[in-house]
Amino acid sequence: MGPPKTGRAVPQQAPQMSQMTVWLVAVRDERDRDAFGSLFDYFAPRLKGFIMRSGTGAAQAEEIVQDVMLTVWRKATMFDPHRAQASAWIYQIARNRQIDIIRKENRPVPDELAQDPCSEPDASQILAFDQEAEQLKSALDQLQPDQKEMIEKAYMGDLTHQEISVQTGLPLGTVKSRIRLGLNRLRKELKGLR
Amino acid sequence: MSAITHHIPNDMMAAYAAGTLPHPFAMVVAAHVSLCEDCRATLGSYHAVGGALLEQTADVAVSNDLKSNLMALLDAPVQPEPVYDAQGIYPGPVMEALKGGAPRWRTLGMGVKQSILSETDGGSARLLYIPAGQAVPDHSHNGLELTLVLQGSFSDETGRFGVGDVEIGDEDLEHTPIADAGDACICLAATDAPLRFNAFMPRLLQPLFRI
Repeated sequence: MGPPKTGRAVPQQAPQMSQMTVWLVAVRDERDRDAFGSLFDYFAPRLKGFIMRSGTGAAQAEEIVQDVMLTVWRKATMFDPHRAQASAWIYQIARNRQIDIIRKENRPVPDELAQDPCSEPDASQILAFDQEAEQLKSALDQLQPDQKEMIEKAYMGDLTHQEISVQTGLPLGTVKSRIRLGLNRLRKELKGLR
Repeated sequence: MSAITHHIPNDMMAAYAAGTLPHPFAMVVAAHVSLCEDCRATLGSYHAVGGALLEQTADVAVSNDLKSNLMALLDAPVQPEPVYDAQGIYPGPVMEALKGGAPRWRTLGMGVKQSILSETDGGSARLLYIPAGQAVPDHSHNGLELTLVLQGSFSDETGRFGVGDVEIGDEDLEHTPIADAGDACICLAATDAPLRFNAFMPRLLQPLFRI
């Protein structure tokens, strides 16, 4: 007798929500301190590196990291995994707090969308977003090194296009078109995933 | 509401997501995104880029006590910060600039009014009120100017701009925007150059008075 033939398909390995999303949802729904601690362990050193890239000193960078993570804890109810990946959501908070604290101006932010109280979590949509984040990361890795460097500088260096031009010695038009090229390509990759 | 047809260009949205846009323009972008689902999605994709870059950033170790200090703060009482929700025609970012109050209109003549929201060396943001059929006070674009329609509509040589639409003007744009019939047109206008008019004055006189 051969191996038993089951009538059912062998269960596929179910795609998993990213660990970060799981942690952030646990913080949101259960005020889970262990999950928050895990988020901290993952993001705090990255946030510190990210903030220091824009020329902020280590001490102030840590203050901002603390502020960002505290905001993550307090505003977790606003996190909607159907619309944003955990890293994108935390990036946005970091950007806002960094501008508020360093430039001492309140950054204008769009109105929040009203949460739909009846909506059930849609696992497939959350997974789709998470997969998009993964694909985006590989898309970033596939950029030409000079394109990626420009995007990194624009995002992390907190530089204006003018400043990028001065720092790299490239004419402004080149910088702008390179940033656009890189982002366009990223956006196309993103669109292809939808 | 008619569909929004004039959006924030991609490079400007990227600059907003990256936090490099001057404050007056950031206000227009945030207000437009508040009204425009398409641009909210675009902004989301640029935030995703930021998130991916954040994840790829090289770690810099944090101080040993940062985590314990932070965990101890989680239960600290929160000082509620004022939240400015959209009110009437004004999206949240405009209400924040108005500190939750009503615009303080100053007349410019011919029924046109303005309410300055912010003014620094880096540029300015203001609300403009233009009665139906009236031309926007003549002004030259010194640098970049973004105009977001919040009520009514205006038309110029380049097209018609209704609620939610953004017109982008630079030195090359020669135009005469006129508020359409119907409700008075109310716009949020931001520029990175000093204000060029503080009172209504015929075009011919402007060079003389350098306004």
